[in-house]
Amino acid sequence: MVDKPNADAVGTKPVARLESISHCYGSRTALENVSLDLPAGCMVGLIGPDGVGKSTLLGLVAGARQLQQGKLQVLGGNMADSRFRSEAAPRIAYMPQGLGGNLYHTLTIDENIEFFADLFGLTGKERARQIDRLLDATGLLDFRGRPAGKLSGGMKQKLGLCCALIHNPELLILDEPTTGVDPLARARFWDLIDSIRQQQPSMSVLVATAYMEEAERYDWLVAMNNGTILATGSPQELKQVTGTKTLDDAFTVLSPHESQQDESVGVTITGDRQTSALAVTTTGENDIPAIEAHNLTLRFGDFTAVNDVSFTIPKGEIFGFLGSNGCGKTTTMKMLTGLLTPTEGEVSLFGSPLDARDLDTRRRVGYMTQSFSLYSELTVHQNLLLHAKLFHLPPERIQPRINELVEEFGLSDVMDQLAGDLPLGVRQRLSLAVAVVHSPELLILDEPTSGVDPGARNRFWDLLLRLSREDGVTIFISTHFMNEGERCDRISLMHAGEVLACDTPAALIQQAGEDSLEGAFMQTLEAVDKEPESQGDGKVFDTDTSTLLHHSLFSPQRLLAYARRETRELLRDPIRMSFAFIGSALLMMILGYGITLDVEDLPFAVLDQDQTAQSRDYVTSVSGSRYFIEQPAISNMTELEHRMRSGELSLALVIPPGFGKDLKRGRPTDLAVWVDGAMPFRGETIRGYIQGLHLSYLKDLARRTYGTVPTLSLVTVESRYRYNQGFRSLDAMVPAVIPILLMFIPAVLMALGIVREKELGSITNLYVTPVNRLEFLLGKQLPYIGFSMVSYASLVLLAIFLFDVPVKGGVLTLTLGALIFVTVTTALGQVISAFASTQTAALAATAIVTMLPTIQFSGVTEPVSSLEGVGALIGQFWPATWFLQISRGVFTKGLSLGDMQGAFLVLVAFVPVLTLMSVLLLRKQGR
Amino acid sequence: MDSVVNIWNLGMKELRSIWRDKVLLVFVLLAFTLVIYTAGSAGSMELNNTPVAVVDEDQSALSGHVIDSLQAPWFLEPDLIQLNQIDSVLDTGSHTFGLVIPQGFERDMRTGQPTSLQLNIDATRMTQAFIGAGYIERMITTEVAEFLRSDSSIGTLPINMVVRASFNPNLEGTWFGGVMELITMITMISIILSGAALIREREHGTVEHLMVMPIRPFEIMASKVWANGLIVMVAAIFSVTVVIQQVLAVPVRGSLPLFFFGALIHLFSTTAIGILIGTVARTMPQFGLLLILTIVPLQLLSGGITPRESMPDLVQNIMLAAPTTHFVSMAQAILYRGAGIDVVWPEMLALAGIGVVFFSAALALFRRHLSI
Repeated sequence: MVDKPNADAVGTKPVARLESISHCYGSRTALENVSLDLPAGCMVGLIGPDGVGKSTLLGLVAGARQLQQGKLQVLGGNMADSRFRSEAAPRIAYMPQGLGGNLYHTLTIDENIEFFADLFGLTGKERARQIDRLLDATGLLDFRGRPAGKLSGGMKQKLGLCCALIHNPELLILDEPTTGVDPLARARFWDLIDSIRQQQPSMSVLVATAYMEEAERYDWLVAMNNGTILATGSPQELKQVTGTKTLDDAFTVLSPHESQQDESVGVTITGDRQTSALAVTTTGENDIPAIEAHNLTLRFGDFTAVNDVSFTIPKGEIFGFLGSNGCGKTTTMKMLTGLLTPTEGEVSLFGSPLDARDLDTRRRVGYMTQSFSLYSELTVHQNLLLHAKLFHLPPERIQPRINELVEEFGLSDVMDQLAGDLPLGVRQRLSLAVAVVHSPELLILDEPTSGVDPGARNRFWDLLLRLSREDGVTIFISTHFMNEGERCDRISLMHAGEVLACDTPAALIQQAGEDSLEGAFMQTLEAVDKEPESQGDGKVFDTDTSTLLHHSLFSPQRLLAYARRETRELLRDPIRMSFAFIGSALLMMILGYGITLDVEDLPFAVLDQDQTAQSRDYVTSVSGSRYFIEQPAISNMTELEHRMRSGELSLALVIPPGFGKDLKRGRPTDLAVWVDGAMPFRGETIRGYIQGLHLSYLKDLARRTYGTVPTLSLVTVESRYRYNQGFRSLDAMVPAVIPILLMFIPAVLMALGIVREKELGSITNLYVTPVNRLEFLLGKQLPYIGFSMVSYASLVLLAIFLFDVPVKGGVLTLTLGALIFVTVTTALGQVISAFASTQTAALAATAIVTMLPTIQFSGVTEPVSSLEGVGALIGQFWPATWFLQISRGVFTKGLSLGDMQGAFLVLVAFVPVLTLMSVLLLRKQGR
Repeated sequence: MDSVVNIWNLGMKELRSIWRDKVLLVFVLLAFTLVIYTAGSAGSMELNNTPVAVVDEDQSALSGHVIDSLQAPWFLEPDLIQLNQIDSVLDTGSHTFGLVIPQGFERDMRTGQPTSLQLNIDATRMTQAFIGAGYIERMITTEVAEFLRSDSSIGTLPINMVVRASFNPNLEGTWFGGVMELITMITMISIILSGAALIREREHGTVEHLMVMPIRPFEIMASKVWANGLIVMVAAIFSVTVVIQQVLAVPVRGSLPLFFFGALIHLFSTTAIGILIGTVARTMPQFGLLLILTIVPLQLLSGGITPRESMPDLVQNIMLAAPTTHFVSMAQAILYRGAGIDVVWPEMLALAGIGVVFFSAALALFRRHLSI
């Protein structure tokens, strides 16, 4: 082991010093007691497979993750101190993992860089010069109007680099900047880094990579595994210590724990009888190729994903598909499995044309998708069992077959573990086991080894070789590791949807006159590169750019940078936009019509046992009102029961025999009325209506009979229906619907706003740039307030013109109230967003938190003062209660600002409280 | 036969997945217990705790009787205010009614002088305003009649009307709220479960995995329908027998097996709707937004919240295509009115038909989306 960096070779003072640092995510340990000095002024590389703690370590050094345990000094300051971190932010640049992880994919190159320039306080001419210089140096100048999401992987990474370098950092941190990028773009990326380092020799660069070949060009390496440091030193030193020729081998030697398991898998090779039998039977018809593809083309709209691809793969061959991410490998494979239908061209499997609906062909093919696609919530055994059953293995064959696979793929120790809890290498073995559970003749494997450590990759390839050589399985595999390509029988090099070359690895290397497949691929790529990225003069830095490092406590520029960016993103997201506008208009109509409390056109029928002029006269008085509609008469009590029961009748009148006679003689008579009480408030209303009709009939009757109206009671109640004389449900409900929608939709959109950044990774920009939490929150909130106000305007217009609800008070007062209210509701969305970790959780939480109190407790149907207990309390402290007062006040009561100042004051008070809660809940660092 | 075996196996897998998702299970359990209990015990639309303000200019024994007659639970204890405060209490919405008892009210009554009291009503509070006004009027008339009992100058009415509320004699909100919430939960949870199950498969890439196996899209969908439907069915049975019948003590008139049979048909169509939304939406957040746009009309316009007959004809006709409309009317008929299959068969038929339509639409779309 090499412990200390060679002080002479790599400068004297460390750029970062780690002392016994540990880091956990829940119960999983990512870093375990790591102590390390990272030398300054040179290129330091972290090497190791996925999930060993490289990204965690970089995140800690960049200040993007919160330090849990241990001491960390970066650029001479303590990273646990938030004041030092905010001072250091402009001196550090961090490019997170993933292609364009910190970029905004709907924004153009220019807009992305401008956003970062704003965050770092660059202004004026200097800023324009710096942006031009960076774009020129990286060759992106010609593409500046193109959205980041539509750039190739290499260009995305260069743009990420531009955004990172905009403020001339002292420490540049790159987390796997070239993973999934084609070899040519990769080489160009490193040339660029080299040229930058030449201009700025004092800059320290810290890189993580999964490609061991790349690590050869770094000055100093840290080999990591399982959260610990295996070794440090220059590439030569590492190879020397382990006595190996390549870093790949050196790493395999250095990682001690899995080598024994390797052998245990190796000795248990037992050929599967069934598959060997199949291999024997198929040898006779070797002339029919396993796959034949002719001129495959697939277009999505005007984008050609795969262009005119042809190949023939004989049975038993391992055929490799090499290329960068997004070059069309996966798309081609999906066409072979029938998941995608080619726009042009055709595929034959085993000599017959591919029919996506033919289940028999599917039984002969095994497919492993790019990402892990088994049921992570099932155990290893359950996964195997499910697939065996779905492929209809005979029941007596299922258990033996599972036993064979478990033995062959070394899964016996993990049988009862959930698939989601397995380490990546084991998971890939399980995926392969599942793919071959039905002993297919053809295996299609889409990047099965991506992210797997070199040792596990070796074992995986051994399994593949055995399947191919011993069982005669044809294997079609894609990869972006060149050294895996060398293990295939034949390979095809793919780039931008086209196959550039197709032959045996040796022949391809020979043709190109290179000594490795990587070199051969690069040469082929250079020959066809249609859009050569001009390299510019490579000059990135100007001598006077170092003046921009001033730190301010609150900067409107940074706030506006976020506001502008969020607006652009919103404008380019059709789903969210249409939800905001169409959704709110649609819901307005539904609620306007749905929460109607008018009870009209109720069906009623009469059981008239009297059948006199008097009884018919009475019935006419009921059927003549607008509330009731007469249905065919009822003939007996059983029918009455039945028709009430089916819900056909809401009201039934039973007029007893002798009704007319009694009435004529002035004898008191009875009349029975049945009201459907299934829906209580409707029942109450019907009862109110029929009693009112009854009284007015009696008065009318008296007037006709005696000419005068008798005094039924000395006291009369003179009812004055205020604000809504017509007693129109719409006039009362529409002003209530506006607060409901302005509560709900802005809160939902805002809640998704921050969580989206958390899920997509761009939240990192909050962690590592000088922007503070308040600027971030307010900046993101502004566009949503604007959008909500547009939505408010459309709702008011709908209310006035569609629903005919007049506005009796001042529109300005209403608008002011709405402005304060949407500020409050978006702030509420932010509070939810600040603690939720997934978009789904944020959505569910917002729906639950806002729906119930707004509809039940804010006074929409029942006044807050009528509520009891918790409901009453929630009602008092719920913003919608107060805006509902303002909305109804202006719409129906014609009140002015002065009349409602209490409600306004309460609403305003919510703003600072909620904003403060968001600031406290939002973390300035990741975990 | 193979198909049935596949549907069975995939459905069992579905059940296992849900069993692992404890958060989801707790959520389902809460929805069918606590939420239904809350809605049943709290949500009432009839008169409750109505705030009344009274201007008592008479200050007599009779005016005192009138004020005392406005009692809990229908009314809050009336607040006594001055005449000039009436506008402001109604404007701020602190009171729904403002009753003015004029000076000399008791004297007029004693001397047989007809007089009137003024009742100011905030008509923006539709239900409370309408029902409450009727109550207050009856209370006042009764109080005055009792006060003047000795006096026989009041004639009796020629026709005495006896009003009986069928099925729910006291018009209790508890009966209504709990059952309607159950209907909402059955609809909502089944849509969420089946739709989210599909999205989860898509986000994890397992749908593609299924599509390259010898399995038909129909089998995938059918397995989701039965597995998720079963979970909701079990929860619903528990909710009706324990929460609604035992805890809320709502008397159920009709046949429960008949109701559950109807719910089963309903679940067929709602799970199909869930899959349909799950196919259209590409991600979980999109699914959530679409869900809101679907659930709200399904719930509000079904006739379960407000009476169907009051909606515009167009809305009524469109809502005939929604399963909830038929399910609500069927559930009300069976649970409240004790209707049998002879009454509710048209609803069941409609539910089954709607289910078939949505299932076929989802299947067609599902096939098409998978091939892109």
